[in-house]
Amino acid sequence: MNELVIPRAARALADLRFPAHSIAGLAGTSLKPEHLLSILADDTQSGFFEAHAENYMGAGGPPHHSLALIRRDYPVSLHGVCMSIGGPQSLDKTHLARFKALIDRYEPALVSEHLAWSTHNTTYFNDLLPLPYTAETLARVADHIDQVQEVIRRPILLENPSTYVVFPQSTMSETDFIRRLVRRTGCGLLLDINNVFVSATNHGYSALTYLADFPLDHIGEIHLAGHAKQADDEGELLLIDSHDGPVADAVWILFEIVIGQCGPIPTLVEWDSAIPDWPILKAEAVAAQAILDRHSQILMSGRANAVR
Amino acid sequence: MQSVDRQIHFLGNRRSYASDFTPALLDPERPLPSVVSGPNGKAAGKRYNVYRNNVTVSLINALAATFPATQRITGVDFFRAMARFHVRATPPTSPLLFEYGHEFPTFIERYEYAQAMPWLGDVARIERAWLDAYHAADETPLSPQGLSSIPPERLAESILTTHPATRIVCSGFPAISIFAANRKDNPVSQIEASEPEDALITRPGFEVVVRHLPLGGAVFLSHLIAGKTLGSAASAAFEENSQFDLPASIAGMIESGAFTSVTQGE
Repeated sequence: MNELVIPRAARALADLRFPAHSIAGLAGTSLKPEHLLSILADDTQSGFFEAHAENYMGAGGPPHHSLALIRRDYPVSLHGVCMSIGGPQSLDKTHLARFKALIDRYEPALVSEHLAWSTHNTTYFNDLLPLPYTAETLARVADHIDQVQEVIRRPILLENPSTYVVFPQSTMSETDFIRRLVRRTGCGLLLDINNVFVSATNHGYSALTYLADFPLDHIGEIHLAGHAKQADDEGELLLIDSHDGPVADAVWILFEIVIGQCGPIPTLVEWDSAIPDWPILKAEAVAAQAILDRHSQILMSGRANAVR
Repeated sequence: MQSVDRQIHFLGNRRSYASDFTPALLDPERPLPSVVSGPNGKAAGKRYNVYRNNVTVSLINALAATFPATQRITGVDFFRAMARFHVRATPPTSPLLFEYGHEFPTFIERYEYAQAMPWLGDVARIERAWLDAYHAADETPLSPQGLSSIPPERLAESILTTHPATRIVCSGFPAISIFAANRKDNPVSQIEASEPEDALITRPGFEVVVRHLPLGGAVFLSHLIAGKTLGSAASAAFEENSQFDLPASIAGMIESGAFTSVTQGE
């Protein structure tokens, strides 16, 4: 009797773990509670979902129930927003422990965080704030990434920021800074193409030059999003990384270029404010998927030709 | 030599780009931080204001999301002005925004322009408790069978374990009626209630439930939550109000899912 019971109990435990859905070559969308019922009723959905880690750091309740339902059926990417990796002060160990617990619980396909900071002393500012790019900040940020990766026991994808100001004390470019972080920590990269376009416009450089300098080989995920337009003190265009509308045409074009070079990388459409009905957000992801699929076919036929 | 180096390092940490960048974020009177500029000699004023705006507006939005009935009562403009004062005076200290706003109800009670709505702070207290219950740990509530397993003669000495979602809000105003009428999108009809209302907030499953406690009910449950025995909680409730209905309160306590288990007395 016992011989039969024990394996069954062991199997039941194994069944508690989530299925290993592959995220390769997929487009996805940010997971929003207002879309949950539509997603669960939508049997044509095949992309992945990205959850903002902090929204699921409560002890229990409906948020965890929803994420577990989604994680059962789809690949999930876990996106940390407020680790404050780019800040001068030590990481919040309590927050890092919560982050690890969430990763252990949901076994996400991808884990990412930002090259930015949001906490200073004890105040949480709820924004992704910029940092100077110097040898000193490089060492500090690399230490923070090492610390996160040691605790969660896997590499993270680090996202390039959108910025509005510069630090005259910076001694290297953002792409240099990012490349050196990759070399020192072994982290991967989350290339946010909207952030590239926003920052390039705001700082008066070319988005293509930035991408040419970016370590494309280390990209594990791409973000696309909408932005808003304002003016700076000189009356010139200042783009705001607002995530409140559809992806801009210029960003789609840059996306095609990146995918043409890198192949089909998991790509997320972010829409965090003025959130539309599910079919509208889904249509953005379907558009991204079409580009990924086209380049996947080009790659496949290229390989077939090479074999022949 | 080493100690000098360490001291310099320490001072360097205290005065960092973050300590220069942050003071003006929540204070529009302060000058721009000296560490930033626009690119190619451009000004940084409107550029830095993007961060000021992101911080302030997103935190006001966080309060609006936690306190929707309060916002509906005051109107959006009044609420956002009130929330802006609170965000600037008491910004969050945790990156978990669903934890923000525990001090907001007390702020509302002292807020000069809200003095005509003395019940508004209690409505906000119910909303804050609602969100606590929403994110609380999942636990199975105590069943009627669980309670009836205790021999009647031992019941008075029993102690209950509180469910993680359980909260009590006592109000000198009809705060639950006002909360309930404004929490939904339906038009608000005349609120007839005028008596004080004590609220019990629980989440036995995935739905948060707000109940109106009968007379003496809040004292009864507060004693149980504090770890007092069922007998002493009942005595305290009778002392508070001679009309306290013990059987109905025990039934309500089970039905609401306010507790998870019962331990029989020695």
